[in-house]
Amino acid sequence: MGAGHSHKLYRRGHSPVHSLPAHCKLIAAFCFVLAVVCTPREAMWAFAGYAALLAVVAAVARIPPGFLLSRLVIEIPFVAFALLMPFVVPGERTTVLGLSVSVPGLWGAWNILAKGTLGVATSVILASTTELRSLLLGLQWLRLPPLLVQIASFMIRYGDVIADEMRRMSIARRSRGFEARGVRQWGVLAKSAGALFIRSYERGERVHLAMVSRGYTGVMPVIDEVRASRTQWAHAATLPLAALGVCLMGWTL
Amino acid sequence: MDPLTAPAPSLDVRGLAYAYPDGHQALFGVDLTVERGERVAVLGPNGAGKTTLVLHLNGILGGGVGTVSVAGLPVCREHLAQIRRQVGIVFQDPDDQLFMPTVREDVAFGPAASGLRGTDLEKRVAAALERVGMAAYADRPPHHLSYGQRRRVAVATVLAMEPEILVLDEPSSNLDPASRRELADILRSLDVTVLMVTHDLPYALELCPRSVVLSEGVIAADGPTRELLVDEELMRGHRLELPFGFDPRFVPVAQRSSPQKRI
Repeated sequence: MGAGHSHKLYRRGHSPVHSLPAHCKLIAAFCFVLAVVCTPREAMWAFAGYAALLAVVAAVARIPPGFLLSRLVIEIPFVAFALLMPFVVPGERTTVLGLSVSVPGLWGAWNILAKGTLGVATSVILASTTELRSLLLGLQWLRLPPLLVQIASFMIRYGDVIADEMRRMSIARRSRGFEARGVRQWGVLAKSAGALFIRSYERGERVHLAMVSRGYTGVMPVIDEVRASRTQWAHAATLPLAALGVCLMGWTL
Repeated sequence: MDPLTAPAPSLDVRGLAYAYPDGHQALFGVDLTVERGERVAVLGPNGAGKTTLVLHLNGILGGGVGTVSVAGLPVCREHLAQIRRQVGIVFQDPDDQLFMPTVREDVAFGPAASGLRGTDLEKRVAAALERVGMAAYADRPPHHLSYGQRRRVAVATVLAMEPEILVLDEPSSNLDPASRRELADILRSLDVTVLMVTHDLPYALELCPRSVVLSEGVIAADGPTRELLVDEELMRGHRLELPFGFDPRFVPVAQRSSPQKRI
């Protein structure tokens, strides 16, 4: 479904992972992350196991490692926070590379880093194998409040329209000799933002009028029914089940 | 035809008057009858009350004086769902009309809202897109289409509801000449009643055998489009102007098999 609806995060392809219904993937990803989070941080080998599982999924989905790693960059702000922990957390001290760091801080940093990276990697794989549109249908299937799904789908539809309007306004400003150089020009920018808000608001009213004219009564009609077969559920379940196994071993060993 | 067995007119507006809540009165008693299969243009300058009239046709505005009925069914609260299936309004900006992520879903919106599902729905969508020549674009997001293509999809979104009457608000605005002609070809090929609100006079002459002039909230004239356009006094009196060099007397107008005579 939805050729041409390409988003930066999505990577077109025809792999077994791509063809799974979105709601199966959503649940699988959620359960996987849950298992990861429940694993004790001392079981370091378990996290290697999770990483290996994700690597297998990425390989099946034919996502090149370089693509996956470059998407992981989004995690950097959290990494910075994690790296601070060994220095600020009080407790028993030890020396690493000539620096005095705290042991609980090191464990905390490792905990955030390992679990965070695995979580981000999971969502990157989910996003690059699932189209935005089917993700929304999946969320709808999962009984996310319909209003939220509607808002999200309008964001997809009108994001470009509003960005375009913003671009035209900026061209009009610059055509009349406006350059944003500093604080003094902020007033003009603020007024532009206000105008953009009013325009978008009015567009919202016109869209609502068009929707009501075509029989909208507050509920989005069901157009695509998403269904998953038993085998598709079984395929989707392999990842979280394997993770659950690793997690249990992490607690018992 | 025997008036007793004649089908009810597609649209029947009687003595419609309306004032906005802020006190501005837009319509002062409009009478308009459109027979089944007719194509009628509503001409009028900006601010004549054209949009107000359009919003009365499917009951978005109401509460004033007068009645509107569609195929014999009065526009009122209990019939609203059915009225909105029967009156297909194509708004001026296709970006307002096309609000779903893909063309297919957008065309499916109206029929799905009235309860159609599964293969019936798919068939209806495919047929509507076929009629406007956009079947190949079903899975595209609307903002990746050209303006003319978006206008055509907007027409398909209401055709999919199989309306009794198609109401077009300024259908030719912002279209380049080729898209304009393509849209005209599509509208001519349709077998539905069309009410076209416009100030594009050549387009009205090209498509609609009959026109009415809406000015200051009343119907100021009603007749064959060409006769209205050559009446210079009428045109000037209502701020309607022909484009430079355009003379309606010398334009060949393809006469379609005449619609049912007005009773």
